[in-house]
Amino acid sequence: MSARAEDIRGRFSWARLTSPRSIAILGMGLGVLAFWVALPPLKARSPTVPLLLGILAVGAGIWALTRGERRLGWGAVATATLGVAGGILATRSATNDLDSVVVWSALLAATLRYATPLTLAALGGLFSERSGVVNIGLEGMMLMGAFFGVLAAAELDSWILGVGAAMLAGGFLALIHAFFSIHLRADQIVSGTAVNFLALGITGYVFIDVYGDEGTPTDIPRIPEVRLSAIDEIPLLGPVFAQLNLMIWVSLALVVLTYVVMFKTPIGLRIRSVGEHPRAAETVGISVYGIRYAAVTLSGMLAALGGAYLSIGFVGSFNENMTSGRGFIALAALIFGNWRPFGAFGAALLFGFSSALAQRLPTAYGESAGTLFEALPYILTLIAVAGVIGRSIPPAAVGRPYKRQ
Amino acid sequence: MITPLLTALLAFIVGGLVVLVTTGKNPLETYKAIFAGTGLNWFFPWVTCSDPCTPATNLQQTLLISAPLMLTGLAVAFAFRCGLFNIGGQGQFIVGSSVAVIVGSSFVDLNRWWHVLLAVVLASLAAAAWGGIAGLLKATVGAHEVITTIMLNWIALWVAVYLFEIGGPLQDPQQAGVPISEPVAESAKLHVFWGDPLFQGLHIGLFVAMAALVAYWVVLNRTTVGYEVRAVGFNPEAARYGGISVRRNYVLAMAISGLFAGLAGAIDILGWQYRLAVPDILVSNIGFIGIAVALLGRNTAIGVFFSAILFGALLNGTSTRNLDPEVFRPELASNLTVIIQGLVVLFVAADVLILYLWQARRKVGLGRRRPPATS
Repeated sequence: MSARAEDIRGRFSWARLTSPRSIAILGMGLGVLAFWVALPPLKARSPTVPLLLGILAVGAGIWALTRGERRLGWGAVATATLGVAGGILATRSATNDLDSVVVWSALLAATLRYATPLTLAALGGLFSERSGVVNIGLEGMMLMGAFFGVLAAAELDSWILGVGAAMLAGGFLALIHAFFSIHLRADQIVSGTAVNFLALGITGYVFIDVYGDEGTPTDIPRIPEVRLSAIDEIPLLGPVFAQLNLMIWVSLALVVLTYVVMFKTPIGLRIRSVGEHPRAAETVGISVYGIRYAAVTLSGMLAALGGAYLSIGFVGSFNENMTSGRGFIALAALIFGNWRPFGAFGAALLFGFSSALAQRLPTAYGESAGTLFEALPYILTLIAVAGVIGRSIPPAAVGRPYKRQ
Repeated sequence: MITPLLTALLAFIVGGLVVLVTTGKNPLETYKAIFAGTGLNWFFPWVTCSDPCTPATNLQQTLLISAPLMLTGLAVAFAFRCGLFNIGGQGQFIVGSSVAVIVGSSFVDLNRWWHVLLAVVLASLAAAAWGGIAGLLKATVGAHEVITTIMLNWIALWVAVYLFEIGGPLQDPQQAGVPISEPVAESAKLHVFWGDPLFQGLHIGLFVAMAALVAYWVVLNRTTVGYEVRAVGFNPEAARYGGISVRRNYVLAMAISGLFAGLAGAIDILGWQYRLAVPDILVSNIGFIGIAVALLGRNTAIGVFFSAILFGALLNGTSTRNLDPEVFRPELASNLTVIIQGLVVLFVAADVLILYLWQARRKVGLGRRRPPATS
């Protein structure tokens, strides 16, 4: 009896804390810490501090690795390496430079702003890919949203109609992708590429046709900011969350909603089953075509919402090809997040942070300091699909056209 | 043979409708003006040619664009033959042009031919290695080449931007305020054989591209390597059963694809650009259009040749310089080009649709002569 109690106690306390998994997570934490100690407010000036933390983190990672926790173990080693590199770089630069770049509240608010379009488009991609249709047309769908959002907002003088029009435009483009890749069983990659070309051409064409050389009007109605005066005074939270665009909150809500729909409702089960094994789904009476059409169209609408945030929420104007690859970063976030809502959101935050940092670095370290950060999302995703840090595994039937029998 | 023609025709018809609906202009007039700007009317000197010099210049510029397009088209086509979709032509093109400009602007003491050769070979090899990464990842861990090549595209783009932007390590110190590389030395420039060598004359890169088309055909159809690549493309399982190393062929096919795209970057830089500017890196889409070129050309050498000419002509004919703004706004027309590219790719994706339409036409034709059904 007492042995059994001890066993249970052991399983839930000490043994669990010293499991390879926890140690690996601790290692990742230490790796982040190695970078963080060198930044404000702590600003450790000696490179030994991040180095020591990094060595501890690598040790934890290797320990976990040798005990079978490969995925998180490598994660810890990688985080530690990056953390030490960042930490040592930070200890070697001037303190006032650090202070001007690393303003946490500004950095975090910017992270949220950059992450929002990525999150929305990645959620869109999640619906499409979970239903078994590869969507590399996210970029084009975002672009459609960005332009038609501005167009409708300006012409109809309402940001709500702007957002609505954006979603219609994105949904329409997605419908083309859906028709070609579902009904005509075209190669989904080719169709996605076509959709990207089309969006670039259509938005550019109408943009020139309507606005010409002057560009979009400066007084277009924008998606409003949400002011929360209640938390204004709280340090750190206040400056970050007290004044955010409505769409940022919407995107946060959509992450939760997507998770619930995808993993807790029959609809989600259907979408996933269609993406994993369409034949089996059809056998139990699920309409594969119907689900796929709905999922792809929804994905276009969500991506377009991200585009609309970009144009009528964030920037307030449109220029040709303004998404400039964000759809592909969203795709990267989706893959990096392992086709899961919170995973994709986390990846979008990480990529958003790297964009925010890239944008702030030039203030102290010269023009070109931030550029390499722009490549970071792609490098991380490449590493993720290569399977070094936990393999990203797509839905089983993704990319395969389904023929009804 | 008939499907690519129909595809292109259909895309142009839809493009014409866009012109008609949005601007109310006569699509035929617009296409005629674009055609005049392509310089292809040089081949029909008896038709127009009040000024015989302009078509020649226009044609040189069209072929200047077509030559790298042939190569980036091959970059996509070769991988296709191995069952791989190389979206990474753009990144490989950027790697090739970056290496070409770096080698071309250094080693200034080299003898002319050696310098050109060194720059071209290194650029192609670097791009081959870049493409090979995707092949290697596919072969070793099964990472999908579409995803990896997309990522590699953007990595190449941002690294190149970093190298040549203001404050970047390889930016031209002679022009501190301009995000541009150092100029290619005289000894590394390709020979211009037609037109003004100082202003966008046609360089021998066109022959390099055409030689590559021939090499593509020979390698695919007359060598063991090509046989294996095609076997893997048709059916990897069967190829493996037949003793062909599928993995090796994945790496090889992606590397050869990269080689073609890198060659495209090299001739583009050494032939007429002579420099690499950051804005050009950001807006360049020669590699992406290569996808449309390969798809429309059905991954054959001759098809890639003609569709590269078509797209090169479209790009050049709708440029601000060559299209009369009185007839149609060049900015609109260049977007029309992108729409037409999109439509072409879309229709190629659905050759089922095109074939269906074609057969429907036949059915209508046959319907009159068909004897009444006997059932």
